[in-house]
Amino acid sequence: MARWGMVIDLDRCTGCQACVVACRQENNIPEVGPEQAAMGRGIYWMQLIEEKEAAHEDAHIAYLPRPCMHCDNPLCVKVCPVGATYKNSEGLVGQVYARCIGCRYCTTACPYTARYFNWYKPEWKPEEKKYLSPDVSLRPKGVVEKCSFCVHRIRKARRKAKDENRELVDGDVVPACGETCPSKAIFFGDLDDPNSEVSKLAKSRRAFRLEDHLGTGPKVIYLREGEWSE
Amino acid sequence: MSDSIAAVTTPMRQDHPLIKPVAVSGRGFYIATLALLIVMSWAFFAWFTQFMNGLGETGLNRPVYWGIYITNFVFFVGISHAGTLISAILRVTGAEWRRPITRAAEAITVFALMVGPINVFFDLGSPHRVLNIVFHGQLNSPLIWDVICISIYLMSSLLYLYLPLIPDIAELRNAGVKPLWFYRLLAIGWQETEKQKRLLKKMIGFMAIAIIPVAVSVHTVVSWVFAMTIQPMWHSTIFGPYFVVGAIFSGIAAIIIAMAILRKVYKLDRYLKPLHFKNLGILLMVMACLWLYFTFAEYLTTFYGGEPSHMAVFYAKIAGEFAPMFWAMVAFCFIIPFPILAIPKFRTITGTVIASISVNIGMWLERYTIVVPSLSNPRLPISEINYTPSWVEWSITAGCFAGLTLFYVLFSKIFPIISIWELKEGGIDVGSGPEITGAAS
Repeated sequence: MARWGMVIDLDRCTGCQACVVACRQENNIPEVGPEQAAMGRGIYWMQLIEEKEAAHEDAHIAYLPRPCMHCDNPLCVKVCPVGATYKNSEGLVGQVYARCIGCRYCTTACPYTARYFNWYKPEWKPEEKKYLSPDVSLRPKGVVEKCSFCVHRIRKARRKAKDENRELVDGDVVPACGETCPSKAIFFGDLDDPNSEVSKLAKSRRAFRLEDHLGTGPKVIYLREGEWSE
Repeated sequence: MSDSIAAVTTPMRQDHPLIKPVAVSGRGFYIATLALLIVMSWAFFAWFTQFMNGLGETGLNRPVYWGIYITNFVFFVGISHAGTLISAILRVTGAEWRRPITRAAEAITVFALMVGPINVFFDLGSPHRVLNIVFHGQLNSPLIWDVICISIYLMSSLLYLYLPLIPDIAELRNAGVKPLWFYRLLAIGWQETEKQKRLLKKMIGFMAIAIIPVAVSVHTVVSWVFAMTIQPMWHSTIFGPYFVVGAIFSGIAAIIIAMAILRKVYKLDRYLKPLHFKNLGILLMVMACLWLYFTFAEYLTTFYGGEPSHMAVFYAKIAGEFAPMFWAMVAFCFIIPFPILAIPKFRTITGTVIASISVNIGMWLERYTIVVPSLSNPRLPISEINYTPSWVEWSITAGCFAGLTLFYVLFSKIFPIISIWELKEGGIDVGSGPEITGAAS
């Protein structure tokens, strides 16, 4: 059984946001418009967090792409009153849109603020509608959603491997953000497989996890910037 | 004691001041009811707008996912505490002065418990799926603990309100108050026999004790909705008792306000006396001190520890975006009411009412400054987003206050708001008509 995880090399990340756009496209994430976005209602399963390291204009800006951490000990799952979010056997934290009552307890409990809410009914322009992905279900208004680690791609890869009568191998599953990243900063694979790329990278001295001290056990591992000599 | 009951064999007359509000309705009642219904209709319109369009009609956003609906929920559940808890504690400890105020207090509990939790329903993004809480309830979730505890509390406080009502309903039935079938039904054959009285007292005594832990559990689990998460300044072990203290605090204030209004509107000066306001005022003062102590302990612990994510919330409250509300809370909860309640000269009816209004404003602000600042300052840096409640949220909030008031007004028009038989039992001669009431001690 795989334990899916992601490694994001911040040294390679240029902050171009291609992952953010690819994720929107892949997962049918609706546009909310500039007004709503300014109110804090934009939905970004993958969000680019930027932090200026000093106040002056030339200060270095650190970028950090932030998907759902798919925690080993997910606080969102603990608090959900109706079991609309759960951790599956492969460590993925899933969301059942049809059961979610929209109480937003999970969104307040998540220490990464990685969960989003559909404040209004998601709408697409007619010309956009043609390009909606059939692999990912559309969400109604009033439910919570978040990054799924492109679970539909995992399923597809497994089906393909089965058709070819072979086991799933490292590199079979590539999420939309990783596929798009021009500087190849995003890696995806099985953290339990010691030979997978993500497992090897996760052992790097540059590796760290966000808010790890909270005991959430995030399965997104970042590689710190700098230190080329490693 | 029982001699005085036996002495009154003639049924009370409908123009007796304790029964008159039930038997006769004046213009004031209809105007008040109409006004409250208008506010509630407006709130319903606001809710319908939100239901059709989505929670986007509120001012909520990411990261401030919860706002004044949750504030109202905690506030009203807090108000609900006082009633039953105070009446139960006073009954159990045999405080004689409680007799005229227990029912007014218990009624607040029931109605605040109806108005409070419905705010969580208003806060749902998919209210049509609310029954998932029953069909798919997860005991892991503190929200389910709330559902369980509040349901138990609502049932038991309804029972606790009804039991001491039975002899008074029989009194209304004997006085021939219409609709007679209604009172005959609810009186469930009360004939004031020794056996019935013994049984009733036994049940009331049992409920008074049983309801105390239930009441404490309710506000504790409400606080645990916040404290069980690890969000900055929510994840605190003091939250359970802190919320219970705050609940009793705001609840006593609510009783004082309700009593003052009842006294004025129904001319109950003979029963609701300055003594009652003075005693409740002293209780309120004690709770104000406890509230200050808990608040101080909570904030000093956070400040001394100095953990950055907690300090972000701390500073937002003490000196940042929420400072006006935070310091207003301190003023309304302590600085204004404490001197009024502490100085005997000011501990009058007017004084305690001013202090109580101040406390209730302060406690609403306290709930707000617990819910919103923690959400506004999440651990991960994201763009600065402010939360301003929308007209929909304010309208629904107004509707909640109107609803609570309307329920209370209607209750006081259907049942005697002062427990008649308990007055008699306490040796207070209430007489049978308006002319004898002067004899009340």
